[in-house]
Amino acid sequence: MEYETIIGLEVHAQLLTRSKMFCSCSADYANAPPNTHVCPICLGMPGVLPAINQKAIEYTVMTALALNCTIAEHAKFDRKNYPYPDLMKGYQISQYDAPMGQHGWLSLDIDGIRKKACITRVHLEEDVAKLTHRTSSEGENYSLVDVNRSGVPLMEIVGEPDISSPEEARQYLMKLRAILQYLGVSTGNMEEGSFRCDANISIRPVGSTEYLTKVEIKNMNSFKAVYRALDYEAQRQREVMGKGGKLVQETRGWVDDKEITVSQRSKEYAHDYRYFPEPDLPPLVFDKAWVNKIRARLPDLPEARRDRFISQYGLPLYDANLLVDSKWMANYFEECAKIITGSKEADQKKAKIASNWILGDFSRMLNATGSRIEDTKVSPTQLVEFVGLIDNGTLSGPAAKAVFEDMFQSGKTASEIVCDKGLSQISDSTEIDNIVTQIIANNSRAVSDFKAGKEQALAFLIGQAMKASKGRANPGMVREILLQKLGGK
Amino acid sequence: MDNLHQLTITEAHQLLKQKKISSVELTKASLARLAKVEEKVHACVTISQDMALKQAAEADKIISNSEIEPLTGIPVIIKDNMCTRGVKTTCASRMLEDFIPPYDATVIQKLKAQNMVMLGKANMDEFAMGSSTENSALFPTHNPWNLDCVPGGSSGGSAVAVAADEAIYALGSDTGGSIRQPAGFCSVVGMKPTYGRVSRFGLVAFASSLDQIGPITKTVTDCTLVLNAISGHDPRDSTSAPYPVPEYTKALIPDLKNLRLGIPREYFVEGMQKEIRTSVETAIRKLEELGAEVDWEVSLPNTKYALAAYYILAPSEASANLARYDGVKYGFSYQDTNNMWEAMEKTRQFGFGAEVKRRIMLGTYALSAGYYDAYYLKAQKVRTLIKQEFDQSFEKYDALITPTSPTVPFKLGEKVDDPVQMYLSDVCTLPINIAGVPAMTVPAGFADGLPIGMQIIGRHFNEETILRIAFAYEQATEWHKRKPAL
Repeated sequence: MEYETIIGLEVHAQLLTRSKMFCSCSADYANAPPNTHVCPICLGMPGVLPAINQKAIEYTVMTALALNCTIAEHAKFDRKNYPYPDLMKGYQISQYDAPMGQHGWLSLDIDGIRKKACITRVHLEEDVAKLTHRTSSEGENYSLVDVNRSGVPLMEIVGEPDISSPEEARQYLMKLRAILQYLGVSTGNMEEGSFRCDANISIRPVGSTEYLTKVEIKNMNSFKAVYRALDYEAQRQREVMGKGGKLVQETRGWVDDKEITVSQRSKEYAHDYRYFPEPDLPPLVFDKAWVNKIRARLPDLPEARRDRFISQYGLPLYDANLLVDSKWMANYFEECAKIITGSKEADQKKAKIASNWILGDFSRMLNATGSRIEDTKVSPTQLVEFVGLIDNGTLSGPAAKAVFEDMFQSGKTASEIVCDKGLSQISDSTEIDNIVTQIIANNSRAVSDFKAGKEQALAFLIGQAMKASKGRANPGMVREILLQKLGGK
Repeated sequence: MDNLHQLTITEAHQLLKQKKISSVELTKASLARLAKVEEKVHACVTISQDMALKQAAEADKIISNSEIEPLTGIPVIIKDNMCTRGVKTTCASRMLEDFIPPYDATVIQKLKAQNMVMLGKANMDEFAMGSSTENSALFPTHNPWNLDCVPGGSSGGSAVAVAADEAIYALGSDTGGSIRQPAGFCSVVGMKPTYGRVSRFGLVAFASSLDQIGPITKTVTDCTLVLNAISGHDPRDSTSAPYPVPEYTKALIPDLKNLRLGIPREYFVEGMQKEIRTSVETAIRKLEELGAEVDWEVSLPNTKYALAAYYILAPSEASANLARYDGVKYGFSYQDTNNMWEAMEKTRQFGFGAEVKRRIMLGTYALSAGYYDAYYLKAQKVRTLIKQEFDQSFEKYDALITPTSPTVPFKLGEKVDDPVQMYLSDVCTLPINIAGVPAMTVPAGFADGLPIGMQIIGRHFNEETILRIAFAYEQATEWHKRKPAL
């Protein structure tokens, strides 16, 4: 039987507020020693009370608006009760039946077709402490509690079961992350845990409208892990059904190094969170004028930016999509594009060259060095100068590559490097003539092959000439002069 | 000067200001009194003698150098559910028997800003759950008017400390009557301010939407001075009201002209002790004499649902508020196991007393899936109705007058095995917490040597009116001048 896959994603994103959700401790605990960003409030000591961080409310409303949600006129916080040593108060302050945003959507690009993935709700809660499980040298198991993370504002974005493949899921997360980054509300860093994803996945016979048993997948710590885990799980469920088996409703964890999901049911309690309204916090009231003010302040979002990159700078859809996936890469590109001057056509040509480099060698080198474009030594002005040297023929292929590598490492400008290393392109016809004459003399076999009609021999000769010039010769001129001398077309 | 411990705040302040006494002398007198009577009444769980004398010396320095505040240098005892930095805050529970908070409750900060002198921490029912202070895990407190009787609760230690002249005043907390009922049982003045008037930050939570801190004092004037000191908006308590605090002493006018008072008949409950009804009716006639217009035929029919609603709402909130005591971070921790869950369970099994566990179970049940609508949600609706009923009656009346409790102090042990009888002890006080309005109790008589209290209930954030009524009554009567023979 043919099955189709149905996926719903739940994303938790830590908000980039300066202080925690309900106390004044710094929320930036990334490099802090354990239990140094704590106070009686986030430790849940007797008698403490929460006081709402307004910035977190604002960030959540911004996100809900960017995700096309309806903003509630009245929202409230609730207590979600469950005992666990990572939960300081024995309950988590969350939002149950009156979230801040509802009924939104996010647009995906599936093979050039636009698809709306619906968002059920956007709400705000507090993060919990971090447990580290250890085994002592005597073989005794114990756990350490780091409370730094406790009380960091955590936004939950719940998607409808609208997603029909692991690839769509990956794209949904990329788009969502880009939106959060554009808004400046979250780093969206999955590896560091500031952007977390749980998935519900089920399959059903094609054409059926009923869901089969759904399985929840946890522990996916990268975009790749989400893709692999969902891919694995969709297959696993098909296999179970194919063998006439029965799917169990359960929570499964993704095991990254084994690339499988395993059941985590571990006698999971029939969870009854006993939600009730948080009596320590007054209900939230969202005034229309305030919401409109927030809406007016929303920055350019990825989709709008992509469309602008296409219309304003003439980029192909493919380039524009890739660039806008990262706010910083898009910012970088846009700064370059703004510096480029000339006629509209010349601008667009240069912008495309800049885009090629940003998405190509530049990205590759950033990845290889584990660095970020926002910290690079190559300023947009420098990249634009470099693009100019390519555009006017001063630099070509291999030489350009060498120059860029040097720029990336040293932070020097392209012209400095070209000057230092004498790397500028040779476009002087006499000089090229000399090189070509030499090549013809040294490669009589290839010359005769060419004359006998073997077209590939020409490419070989051009390559030899380029090599002899250390890549500096203008390849077009080399070809032209070679053909002249060999009496070809 | 003799008997300094018997002074009121007002008297002590005058003497301190005129430098006729020092705070150290006053503090020593109180500590001496404490040493003398504490073995009979057991009001305190912690006596912070050294700290008190240091604070008194500090206060004396302030007094000699500058203008003094009304509470500067005056000895106080604090209910042991308000966090005091560096001083144990036990909530009279095994769970927090050795817990020393690293911070001060907002009310403590406010009193410290006036250079208070803290003599110690007062006994209470464990986590403020109870009406007799017999639920203290440490020891019971005795009523100074009859040592065989309970002092009421949960702020029993605070009320006794004031009635027995161990302290000049005290702070209590009131979730369903926990200030008013013991103050009534001990013949002192006690007020539960409007919910939101006083910051709850640092008050160990029992039922967050009902808890409120308030003064327990020897006179109504003293009550206004303490209320002035502890009231006001606190950014750390989002439920505290952002309203300015009036100067409460200005409300103290000794006549009741143009005040309309309502007497809700539902508060003169069936089974109420005869002497209570007679005493409170006599007191009301006194109010009439003082110029108030009294309507004896007021009805608040939803009052009868208050007790049931309260015992859903308060335990529900408590079940969450007390979830943090798991032995992991502070307080009692059961160690004799290798299993985390067992350690957490045993910590709670042995750390909490029976009444606390009863309420946690009640609340957990009421919030459970399938029961939430029938219990918690229904109780919230009842709460809305009770609030509306109070609001409507306050359109007609400036205040409502009732007894503070249906009986005089009962014998120790008399009701410990009958929780419902014990709960009924708060039947006149807990509707007020449900409505969130302010109310206070003043001494209004005795039956067989045991105190009777009159409760005065006011509009939201209108403590002035009830203080005015209490003050006029106090000026016209002598009950507050009686002292227990200890």
